Amino acid sequence: MRHERSTKPQAAPSSLLQSSFRCIACLVIVFSTGFSGVAIAVTGDESESSSLKQGPLCDGAASSPTMFAPRSRPAQQILDITWLVIGIVGALGVIVMAMIVFSIIRYSHKQGDENRDEDEPPQIYGSNPIELAWTVLPILIVFVLFMVSARGIFEIEKETPPEGSLEVTVVGHRWWWEFDYPEYGFVTANELHIPIGDDGAEIPTFLSLQSADVIHSFWVPQLAGKTDVVPNRDKNHLWLQPNMAGKYVGQCAEYCGGAHANMLITVIVEPESEFKKWVAEQQKPAVEDSKVAKGRHVFERTACINCHTIRGTVANGTFAPDLTHFMSRTVIGAGAAPNEPKYLRQWIHDPQTIKPGCDMPAMKLTNEEIELVCAYLETLK
Amino acid sequence: MSTMDQKNQGLQSHAPGATFATRLHEWIATSDHKKLGVMYVTAGLIFFLIGGFEASMMRWQLSWPGLNVVGPEEFNRLFTMHGTTMVFLVGMPILLGVANYFVPLMIGARDLAFPRLNAFGFWLFLFGGLLLYYSYFGAQGLYGMGSSPDVGWFAYAPLTEKTFSRGHSTDYWILGIGISGFGSIATGINLIVTILCRRCPGMSLMKMPLFVWLMFIDAILIMIAMPPLTAAQVMLLFDRWLGAQFFDTQDGGSAVLWQNLFWFFGHPEVYILILPAFAYVSEIIPVFSRKVIFGYPLMVAATIAIGFISLGVWVHHMFALGLSPMVNAIFMGSTMLIAVPTGMKMFNWIATLYGGRILLHTPMLFSLGFLTQFLLGGLTGVMLAVVPFDWQVSDSYFVVGHFHYVLFGGLVFSIFAAIYYWLPKVSGRMLDEKIGKWHFWLLFIGFNLTFGPMHVSGMLGMPRRIYTYQADRGWELWNLLSSIGVLFQIAAILFFTYNVLNSLFRGKKAGDDPWDAWTLEWATTSPPPEYNFKEIPVVHSRRPLWDEKHPEDPDWKYE
Repeated sequence: MRHERSTKPQAAPSSLLQSSFRCIACLVIVFSTGFSGVAIAVTGDESESSSLKQGPLCDGAASSPTMFAPRSRPAQQILDITWLVIGIVGALGVIVMAMIVFSIIRYSHKQGDENRDEDEPPQIYGSNPIELAWTVLPILIVFVLFMVSARGIFEIEKETPPEGSLEVTVVGHRWWWEFDYPEYGFVTANELHIPIGDDGAEIPTFLSLQSADVIHSFWVPQLAGKTDVVPNRDKNHLWLQPNMAGKYVGQCAEYCGGAHANMLITVIVEPESEFKKWVAEQQKPAVEDSKVAKGRHVFERTACINCHTIRGTVANGTFAPDLTHFMSRTVIGAGAAPNEPKYLRQWIHDPQTIKPGCDMPAMKLTNEEIELVCAYLETLK
Repeated sequence: MSTMDQKNQGLQSHAPGATFATRLHEWIATSDHKKLGVMYVTAGLIFFLIGGFEASMMRWQLSWPGLNVVGPEEFNRLFTMHGTTMVFLVGMPILLGVANYFVPLMIGARDLAFPRLNAFGFWLFLFGGLLLYYSYFGAQGLYGMGSSPDVGWFAYAPLTEKTFSRGHSTDYWILGIGISGFGSIATGINLIVTILCRRCPGMSLMKMPLFVWLMFIDAILIMIAMPPLTAAQVMLLFDRWLGAQFFDTQDGGSAVLWQNLFWFFGHPEVYILILPAFAYVSEIIPVFSRKVIFGYPLMVAATIAIGFISLGVWVHHMFALGLSPMVNAIFMGSTMLIAVPTGMKMFNWIATLYGGRILLHTPMLFSLGFLTQFLLGGLTGVMLAVVPFDWQVSDSYFVVGHFHYVLFGGLVFSIFAAIYYWLPKVSGRMLDEKIGKWHFWLLFIGFNLTFGPMHVSGMLGMPRRIYTYQADRGWELWNLLSSIGVLFQIAAILFFTYNVLNSLFRGKKAGDDPWDAWTLEWATTSPPPEYNFKEIPVVHSRRPLWDEKHPEDPDWKYE
């Protein structure tokens, strides 16, 4: 044994102690940050899931669009797998980190006497059994992880609609969402309504994902994982099966250019009876109100109609959201602002001040015209 | 062997009193692997400061919801340029530079096999980088958005098509990266030939330092991975200017094709970047543990395994793309598999620490920082391989946190370790230990504070590449913490810059072998003479200097 711990009185232990404390302190900071983060995310979930006990028709939206508060079957399945993964990986992490920290603390040495040849520790070149152990053990762990996750993939990734699903075609546009309900024959935008049984029974929804321009990604974490919306590839699907009513938020998760950050998604899960009422409303043509005929006239003679559709009028553009039942939505600009008179006026005056980079230009209307158009739009219930 | 006139060689090889023009000419016209190595690393560090500035601006903008420090256009340019810079203009040149400098020294050679090709590679890289940055003056971006590239560093089609990216900024991205890519391929081939043909007598492949093994596999990966990127870029250029339709989805092209081609380059690229980190710590950890590396043959085998498997995992970047469950499952398997050889390396490093006499000098601190942070980055990598989990966090801040733990916590920390370890050989002067420790601890705290919380905000639903976010999403705290961490990192980088400049002019003389190390580069002077070794050394083991220092107990008895 060439290795002999230095027995010089003061310096060695103090520096050993110092470095150990530094290591431990820093690791504690790092780990506590990480773990408290996860803990808070999860406690958020716990307090939310207490409302689950109050029944599936209460609002299930969590304080964040977090994957830890799943309100839909696929999201729940993903979370189940995630806990297993966190368990395995976390245990490995703690063990290996402990090995590193232990080795550092146990074998740290005072600096300054490193040139003393007699201090060189024994040279260990390797050990076949030990190395074999840490080759085989990880293979076994990986195998288990693989089997569990592979089953999850095949369960969650559905290529055909489950029995009795509502089918909706989602078309990603820069930078808003079109929702097409072919069964019911209408198109809406930015707010997806889907049903849950009046008794809380789960009703599956099957989304067909298409893109009008570049790649987007549909992500509402509380309801499902994300799936990309790829142009010229119309075979992407996403399956939702909510178990709790509520208004869930998410957003486009694939960079798609200028206003990507403001391409938000709202999904409203509502009891089937309310959903049916909403569908009936959406199927009607636009409200006609002679009191706002002037506003409608302004709308119809400006470029608005090139991009927007209002069913029953000359406006039949498809580059921008359908406005037939504009007032039934709670947001404007795909979630960039709430649908309130103040923001609506600002939006029509100059959308770039609310959603920079979006494709709608300032329409250069006079204040009077803006008032007229807004009054008209506000009748489109 | 360190005579005075050898001391006058190397970096200071010009005649004393030479004019500025002569010195400049000497550097520009050089084909000396050491000068080129120094230029590579210097250029890489300058680009590192630029890329760091871009990142700091982004963190400022994201520190609170609804800020308007930079608008969406500028933000999109910032993250595109940050990613492109850090991968192609920081990671690549620094790893090639360090390999350039030390591979010949470690194998007892006088230069790389093709010195002029080497110089050619460097200048391609540099001008590719400058061309990319010239876009700030010369280009136009996505519709209505000026100057530099703004399509993200992986430039997904069809956003890069003429329809959406109308100006020239994407062309600058293609040409800048393409040109520097040719330089990387040239240097990769050069390294392979050098390692195969220029080893000193006695140095069989299995007697090479692990550094050389890792750079060998790295160079092979460069040679395999870069051409698909270059090809894809040429195809994109055809699309944009010659009316081809490879990726033009409005004309029957395929967005998936670009992702396959890009990630077929992109994932090996991640290993191209991380293998050098393994290379540095595989040299530094043994020296500062005063022990031989544990399980050398397994380390070599693991390196080769990583090289192979890394070519078959690229689809894990595309799990959310809607490919079939079978494809997803297969690539999940291969991705998890790569954790096995990586784990072997981790365990062997720990086994090297175990029972050693650990000296916590700055290079070792950074190596240990690498070890802990790469462990976390590796484990979140295993989590991301699990496809269902990936469906939630792919393209979210969780991924951003993950790959910064690998590439910043791993690669950049190991680069700092390498600089503290090898700069004394390059300049002949030591870096200051005390400032080095300030540098380490500030960076360690700042790094973890910035990138740790990103895992949380990602799991809370925050996607990457957004320039702002709504106040009601519960992401404020995590983003604020991330941004505060940047302040620590900036302070750390200031300490580092001061330390390097101070050392170059006023640093303590290093001597030939300041760390009492074992590989051949420490057998020559600091800085090494132009010809590296007066006589080509002859080696008998993996640690020739150990044999010399311990003639009674040489390594070759055990290998």
